[in-house]
Amino acid sequence: MDETSNIDRRRFLKTSAALSGGLLMSFYLPTFGKTPKVASSAAPATFEPNAFIRIGADNSITIICNHSEMGQGTYTSMSQLIADELDADWKTIQIESAPLGEAYANPIFKAQLTGNSMTAYTEWERMRTVGASARSILVQAAARAWNVDPASCQTKNSTVIHPATNRRFSYGELVDKASGITAPNDVKLKSTADFTYIGKPVKRLDTPDKTNGKAMFGLDVSIPGMLVAVVARTPVFGGKLKSFNADKAKAIPGVRHVVQIDRGVAVVADGYWPAKLGREALEIEWDEGPFAAQSSATQRQQYAQMAKTAGKVAQKEGDVAKAKGTKTINAVYEFPYLAHAPMEPLNCVADVKDDSCELYLGTQAQTFDQFAAAQASGLKPEQIKIHTQLLGGGFGRRSVLDGHVIQEAVQVSKAIKAPVKVMWSREDDIRGGYYRTVSYHNIRGVLAASGQPAAWSHDIVNESFIIGTPLAGSMVKDGIDEIAVEGAAELPYEIPNVQVNWHQAVSPIPTLWMRSVGHSYNAFVKETFIDDLARTAGQDPYQYRRKLLEKQPRLKQVLELAAQKGDWGKPLPKGHARGIAVHHSYFSYVAQVAEVSITPSGKVKVHRVVCAVDCGPVINPDTVKAQVEGSVIFGLTSAFYGELTLEKGRIQQRNFHDYKMLRMNEAPDVEVHIVPSTDKMGGIGEPAVPPIAPAVANALFTLTGKRIRKLPFPADVRA
Amino acid sequence: MATLTVNDKNYDVTVSPDTPLLWVIRENIGLTGTKFGCGMAQCGACTVHMNGEAVRSCVTPLSRAEGKKIVTIEGLSDEVGKRVQQAWIDEEVPQCGYCQSGQIMAAAVLLRTTPNPTDTDIDNGMSGNICRCGTYQRIRKAIHKAAQAK
Repeated sequence: MDETSNIDRRRFLKTSAALSGGLLMSFYLPTFGKTPKVASSAAPATFEPNAFIRIGADNSITIICNHSEMGQGTYTSMSQLIADELDADWKTIQIESAPLGEAYANPIFKAQLTGNSMTAYTEWERMRTVGASARSILVQAAARAWNVDPASCQTKNSTVIHPATNRRFSYGELVDKASGITAPNDVKLKSTADFTYIGKPVKRLDTPDKTNGKAMFGLDVSIPGMLVAVVARTPVFGGKLKSFNADKAKAIPGVRHVVQIDRGVAVVADGYWPAKLGREALEIEWDEGPFAAQSSATQRQQYAQMAKTAGKVAQKEGDVAKAKGTKTINAVYEFPYLAHAPMEPLNCVADVKDDSCELYLGTQAQTFDQFAAAQASGLKPEQIKIHTQLLGGGFGRRSVLDGHVIQEAVQVSKAIKAPVKVMWSREDDIRGGYYRTVSYHNIRGVLAASGQPAAWSHDIVNESFIIGTPLAGSMVKDGIDEIAVEGAAELPYEIPNVQVNWHQAVSPIPTLWMRSVGHSYNAFVKETFIDDLARTAGQDPYQYRRKLLEKQPRLKQVLELAAQKGDWGKPLPKGHARGIAVHHSYFSYVAQVAEVSITPSGKVKVHRVVCAVDCGPVINPDTVKAQVEGSVIFGLTSAFYGELTLEKGRIQQRNFHDYKMLRMNEAPDVEVHIVPSTDKMGGIGEPAVPPIAPAVANALFTLTGKRIRKLPFPADVRA
Repeated sequence: MATLTVNDKNYDVTVSPDTPLLWVIRENIGLTGTKFGCGMAQCGACTVHMNGEAVRSCVTPLSRAEGKKIVTIEGLSDEVGKRVQQAWIDEEVPQCGYCQSGQIMAAAVLLRTTPNPTDTDIDNGMSGNICRCGTYQRIRKAIHKAAQAK
């Protein structure tokens, strides 16, 4: 072991010991071969075979989950992986969110992070190994006590059994016998046929508490002495505080402090209501900065100009300039800023002391938050503790590189020398930036005499929040932000001449990843434009895609399955039409067929959506279905309503009355068909978002003869 | 000082009478199952029962709640409420779960007034409640299931 890992290990042990109140042992994967110890200064005795499992003498099994639960079911699916290999009794499983610690880093990003639809496939082997190695230790402990060969023992339902002598130990009984036993480095994992929980629709662990009010979200946290703060921030992106007068705010009963912080002026009170009233009573003068004249219209002109310049080449096959054909189609596509609008508004509790800083919040990015808190408090990263709560929706909004909400809470707590909960209102959330970027696209398609596409040329103009950050090293290649062009570059359709260019736009509006990120606009362009080419060629859009996907077996398979289950080509009621779309993202493959009609007032009505999904091996099929159902609603919401507009440097929308969400009466039936697959595993939180808007738009073309090239849909789609 | 009856318990609270009921329930009484989503009666996350009717606690001033019988998700214990909660579990409705207290409170009132709701009844009764995770299809199924479970 080198010195660095020694330090890392000490740091981890310190965190672990502090967490479990006197419990001293832990080794963390993948550093196998350490000696796990049971040391229980405090009763009841527990045993931690590694950083992810705690077994109690009472047979309880606590899974310490390093990924945040934001609705995607990760607490349950990670528990399924561990419990299956551990042969644990599912009824005894409890969940705890992980503290900060090296072991809890995402294996690919090397940071504690939940997102990118990557939890399942990045932890698939590691969490199973966690369970299997703990099982091995328990078997060895039992075998030693019985003086038998470990290979002669079996495990089932949290019990080690020696069938030859009919002896058994519950896992709880082995807690004090497991001391000093190590797991082999090459612990064997189960074969698919032996799975007990993996691949089964196991009930979610978090459902009961989410139906009785007990579930704890960040906003629900209350710690002794805590006050509540709301922050007045610049109304114009890029603006700065000039001066303020807090006299009227301080006169509101319940208001305790008014403090200036980097991002504005915080009003601190006994509760949210007086804090909000206090903020309304503040007299503030802002320096509106250079962006004060910007509007969506001027921004559009700038981006349209940029699209005509030479961009950076993200994909090049053949030579689009020399491609010969009989027909050419040119189109412009436009997409607005979008707010994630998780139902739980952003918030963070911070308790800053001289030598420590504790944070309580729902977050997707503990490591980024740790560094933001260290910077804002002046403390060392190892002096920061994070208590991750349930997230009332994430969608990427709770994974930020700059930890701005944490920064606000830490600065306020430090200033008032008391714990504080910073709360954002819905208006703060809608107007606060960190949006899905505006995106502007020029696209040109050339059809050969056969009707097959001869050339595809796509220019993309949008913003990057990766360039200039530490993530650029892994996510920017040749000056191109991979997520800006994802789903557009690496075009799956077999076309001889392809060129995709990216143009980086810059604005002071902070942008961020939002569920399905670059795919959210690029798939719309790709899937409506290929549809356009098919119709122009006089061909069936399903068969047209199918022919162009001969070398993409997984995409082709989901396309065929969706067409079959979605009754493609079969008769429909009058005024109804079907549209189809297929897309590959996050290593998964999704095709959707949408059945659509138009209401008398010109609004879209989506009746039925049939989805075919290949995400490789499945941990929990019901979770996969739930994610696909939700993704369809998420994608439809953006297509129907999602639009933030800019005027005088300000966002004009503010709450759910003018930044609308899809509601019950607009929600279609969603059918999900999962392709049984042993192929490479993919994600499921996002891949079903990109195809839905183009599938619906393609159906609308059949009904109206008009191509939608701008989202959201017009209020009257016939216009 | 105002006296508030929440889940059959009386609480004396000393906040301004125009304070929305939501904040009194969450911050003064400490029942956090009722959620803040929009603050302007747009999303339904804050839905509670006041004398048996579903109200948006984020726009209901404390003064209007005085003397009324308030029930929150923590106190939803009548037969209809239990059926709704069980159906929510059976159908695995929640994802993030943040809006579900409000959804369940709205569904309980819907089923009390309309014991066998049609899809249109569900559209009308539930369209005031937003779910950003998109669990609508399962909510619909769970309401039908709860109706049949009586």
